[in-house]
Amino acid sequence: MKKLALTAVLTVLVGLVAISVANTAEQAKETYKIGVVLDITGPASSLGEPEKQTLGMLAEELNAKGGINGHLIEMILYDNEGDEAKSLIKAKKLIEQDKVLALIGTSQSGTTMAIVPTVTAAQIPLVSCAASWKIIRDPETKKTREWVFKTPQSDSLAVTKIFDYLQKKGVKKIAIMSVSTGYGDSGRAELQRLAPNYKFEIVADERFAPTDTDMSAQLTKIKGSGAEAVICWAIRDPSAVVAKNMKQLGMKQMLIMSHGVATKKFIELAGDASEGIILPAGKLIVADLLPATDPQKKVLIDYRNKFEAKYKTPVSTFGGHAYDAFTMLTDAIKKAGPDQKKIRDELEKVKGFPGTGGIFNMGPDDHEGLTKDAFMMVTIKNGNWELVK
Amino acid sequence: MEWYDQLLQYLITGITTGAVYALVALGFSIIYNSTEIINFAQGEFVMLGSMIAVSLFPLLGVPLWVAVILAVAITALIGLIFERLAIRPVRNGSVINLIIITIGGSILLKGIAVLIWGKESRSLPAFTSTEPIKFFGATLSGQSLWVMAGTLLAVILLHYFYEKTITGKALRACAFNRKAARLCGISVERMVLFSFGLSALLGAFAGVLITPITYTAWDAGTMLGLKGFCAAILGGIGSNPGAVMGGLVIGIVESLSAGYLSSGYKDAFAFLILLLMLYLRPAGILKKKLEKV
Repeated sequence: MKKLALTAVLTVLVGLVAISVANTAEQAKETYKIGVVLDITGPASSLGEPEKQTLGMLAEELNAKGGINGHLIEMILYDNEGDEAKSLIKAKKLIEQDKVLALIGTSQSGTTMAIVPTVTAAQIPLVSCAASWKIIRDPETKKTREWVFKTPQSDSLAVTKIFDYLQKKGVKKIAIMSVSTGYGDSGRAELQRLAPNYKFEIVADERFAPTDTDMSAQLTKIKGSGAEAVICWAIRDPSAVVAKNMKQLGMKQMLIMSHGVATKKFIELAGDASEGIILPAGKLIVADLLPATDPQKKVLIDYRNKFEAKYKTPVSTFGGHAYDAFTMLTDAIKKAGPDQKKIRDELEKVKGFPGTGGIFNMGPDDHEGLTKDAFMMVTIKNGNWELVK
Repeated sequence: MEWYDQLLQYLITGITTGAVYALVALGFSIIYNSTEIINFAQGEFVMLGSMIAVSLFPLLGVPLWVAVILAVAITALIGLIFERLAIRPVRNGSVINLIIITIGGSILLKGIAVLIWGKESRSLPAFTSTEPIKFFGATLSGQSLWVMAGTLLAVILLHYFYEKTITGKALRACAFNRKAARLCGISVERMVLFSFGLSALLGAFAGVLITPITYTAWDAGTMLGLKGFCAAILGGIGSNPGAVMGGLVIGIVESLSAGYLSSGYKDAFAFLILLLMLYLRPAGILKKKLEKV
């Protein structure tokens, strides 16, 4: 059964849909191949699935309009099942056999890191939908990776946003709860690195596995540590357990979560334990609450309406990362033509692009292009998002 | 928080999860007694119980307790069907063949769950108020009380059933000696069928009890099944009091190791206990199985 579902997913080839009459004469133009590797099944399926759906929707739309400069795009999509080794195999296949022009993916930092050396060696532009800064910058040499870009906001931006908020609230002692995956490690490292700048004392530093279903033991330790705020850095499911356990333990500390839980599904899973949680989130989930003057507002609402009309499921920030990746990449191909070096150069020149994740301003030394203003501090009230004043 | 309050909190947490492991372990034990097979689809019964409850609850708009009872009943029915379709046709096969069939059944049930419910995690609201209850220096949630009370009730009922009812006695007779039981006029086939239903029922019960505390998903049964298996081995497979004891010990060890060492070692400890038991006392625990396989 699982296999059946997988094969179905793997063979999804988007593109080659009805071409408008005006373009029939240009049918002979060769298609532009874009390779995509995402974590569609496996532990990060809540990231990969909306990304896949978003890319499918956008490719269809673009081809219906006649493609890029008359060239239809052919999207070749593979699932890496959340596995680093499979990620590499699929990326190699896209580069060597399918001969794609550029790559989008993957969904998680770990699975992206697995393919970074390969795309760099093959000189293929890659736009990742994963968050870690190590994707775009070599952690050893601190040099920007020439061929790799990413669309999600870096953890350091989220941490800065959180710390700004805590400082305003007069918090001095913090506790960290992080998940033992690439996402949790990276968030934890940033929290530890930036805490001294704000004179925060980390009084507890606890970890848990992504599949854990009870974190009371760690929280009990935190409860006795004198922390004023608990910062939980994990993806959605274990974060919901942390929220529930804190409520069960009767803990009154402020609970801050990472942007990794910014989906409606999280509120559903955590139930009333989610009330009052504060987190930095991309603007997508609070699009309606934004002032009309916000340059992202139109993009966000358009994307959300189209996505929800097509898939009948609430939009998530992860799909938004794919939206940004696809839009910037296809814009770059439009300007550069089918030349990988030029596509890369165009990606680096993106300025003032209003995406779902923020206003992107790329540069030779900034392959992310976002600032901490990409985040809004939001809280959960009556089962819904609200801006923190 | 003083050290003894912390210890108390770890114990409460451990007993709550341990109670769930105990229910799963009881399921293993019941099926082992009547068939001598280890049913690796046990974890999937847990998952099915909670998934069915989650979908019945908002869907039909029924009260939570109705959804919970229906889910447990439906899962028990699935257990019966599983036995009829997968185990009965090959009942004369070797134990190892039957065990492999249950592994296949587990994969099949997970696949069906993905097709029906998708890959998303789901949760249930707590049975009663979610306000934490103070207990000396520690706190426990209403749902933890439900888990403990539910397990206790299940254990008492099960004991009564085995000791006092004809069907229960027939089941025990099958466990002691199937041939002799058959000679006495007990339908061994029916007892095997019954034990699958009963163990699916217990699994589903564990699932609905724990889901409000955590969450459930198509693959949530695997780990619970493995932990329940460790508990069953620890307590001596086939022994009902042993299963309960094993479950509680594993739950408490996990909670203490997460509290005093690191949560990273939590699962490792459960499996370490399993390995130690298999190494130190395999004959005492798995005697029958070792002879057969």
